Amino acid sequence: MTIHVTNLTLTYERHPAIHHLTATIPQGEWLAIVGPNGAGKSTLLNAMAGLSTIDEGTINGLDPRTVAYLPQQAQLDKSFPITVLQLVMTGLWEELGFSKSLSHADCERCQEAIAAVGLQGFEHRMIGTLSGGQLQRSLFARVLVQNQPVILLDEPFNAIDTKTLSDLTKVIEQWHENKRTIIMVTHDLEYAKQYCPRTMLLARECISQGPTKKVLTTENLERARKLSENFDEDANDCMQGAA
Amino acid sequence: MASVLFYPFTEYLFMQRALVGSLAVCISAVPVGIFMTLRRMSLTGDAMAHAILPGAAIAYLLSGLSLIGLTMGGLLAGLVVAALAGWVARSTHLKEDTSLASFYLISLALGVLVISLKRSNVDLFHVLFGNILALDNAALWLLASISTVSLLLMAVLYRPLVIECVDPSFLRRTGKASSAAHFGFLFLMVINLVAGFHALGTLMAIGIMILPAAAGRFWAKTLDGILLFSLPIGFSGCYTGLSISFYFDLPTGPAIVLSLGVVYLLSLFLGVNGGLLKKYYPKRHLAG
Repeated sequence: MTIHVTNLTLTYERHPAIHHLTATIPQGEWLAIVGPNGAGKSTLLNAMAGLSTIDEGTINGLDPRTVAYLPQQAQLDKSFPITVLQLVMTGLWEELGFSKSLSHADCERCQEAIAAVGLQGFEHRMIGTLSGGQLQRSLFARVLVQNQPVILLDEPFNAIDTKTLSDLTKVIEQWHENKRTIIMVTHDLEYAKQYCPRTMLLARECISQGPTKKVLTTENLERARKLSENFDEDANDCMQGAA
Repeated sequence: MASVLFYPFTEYLFMQRALVGSLAVCISAVPVGIFMTLRRMSLTGDAMAHAILPGAAIAYLLSGLSLIGLTMGGLLAGLVVAALAGWVARSTHLKEDTSLASFYLISLALGVLVISLKRSNVDLFHVLFGNILALDNAALWLLASISTVSLLLMAVLYRPLVIECVDPSFLRRTGKASSAAHFGFLFLMVINLVAGFHALGTLMAIGIMILPAAAGRFWAKTLDGILLFSLPIGFSGCYTGLSISFYFDLPTGPAIVLSLGVVYLLSLFLGVNGGLLKKYYPKRHLAG
């Protein structure tokens, strides 16, 4: 299903983090969302995941229950006493809910997902003992288990070694081949150029969206940088779209 | 030796009731306490324990030391404070601990003021420190009922609670389960504090929840393991505290909490999972 973002505004203390954004994301697209710090990339992803309130505008064609969301590692409590297998099993929540019991097939699915991300043998390791890369592989395994048509990835390769990056990129490529919609926030422009067919360059508003090489031009990047720094403490009320 | 250990509980009905009552509180309070420590809500629980005071105090003014009155008063006050704190935290930029601290302080001051209207320190002592040796059949039924409801609700909420602890954003996407886990857990805290309040008083009730859970974490790595260690620790603390209180004529609530405190301190030093002894006298590192 195509995702339609229409006139979307998301604010932080009334200041726009995303300002009147309109975009269309067709089904099966692998889209990178890039932009400078403070451009609103993660804010937009959170809104798509149903994690934040929309101030104005709409996001249509996206049901939060059909979304698999990979958060930044900082959002996890790594000290919680849970094993890799149990973490991956949390991905079955939508199917099992409060009370449906875990079947043998469910367990096998989780084991297969763990193997697919190269973590075989780590099933019973506590997540607190994992390296950053291993934890990221576990989170990818959870996304695999969720088996959703839309996948949102928030900076999935932050502080990750090249081997893990290469292995997990293969997982994403597999999702892309299976026509899943992948929306990925990243700071790594080289990664976007190499792997992501399409890119949205944000600086609170959409600077450019389209084929990655056409979007990531020096001119566009410079414009994005200037716009994201354009924060006005004494700004007037925005009248765009007001009745 | 055996007679010293069992004598108070074979000869005296009030000690049997006290033991049954404290174990009933323990069996439901300890699992809740484990999640409180894992969610970093130990001090939140302490604040909640103070928050039930005005409800109990107003009920006491209206109906004396009535079991139902004190229970309903404590329950209502606890739930109102929990709901208000949660609402303020979700609606403003204040964090939940700050809004809870604000409401519990208002609540505590109100409670002390209401109790002082009766001008009797004995009554204040009863509310603050409980009276486990005076549990009658009705009180035991109440504690057993709260314990049963708590265990059943904990079983229902177990999955979302675990997910909420590890990755708070995961359930929030779908809305209802996250709120159910959050407010369900606050409800669990309040009903267990009210049960604990009858046995140990508002000030000591939190002890039976937090100390076994904190001690258990020094003996096991997994959630199941922590539960497996914490429950016997809680039971042994109740048993030991009651015995010490009997033989040395000490107040029972503090004796139970101090016994649990001793187990916690022993676990802190000797525990195989992060205990101080292991930290300062580590074994040689492994080859791979």
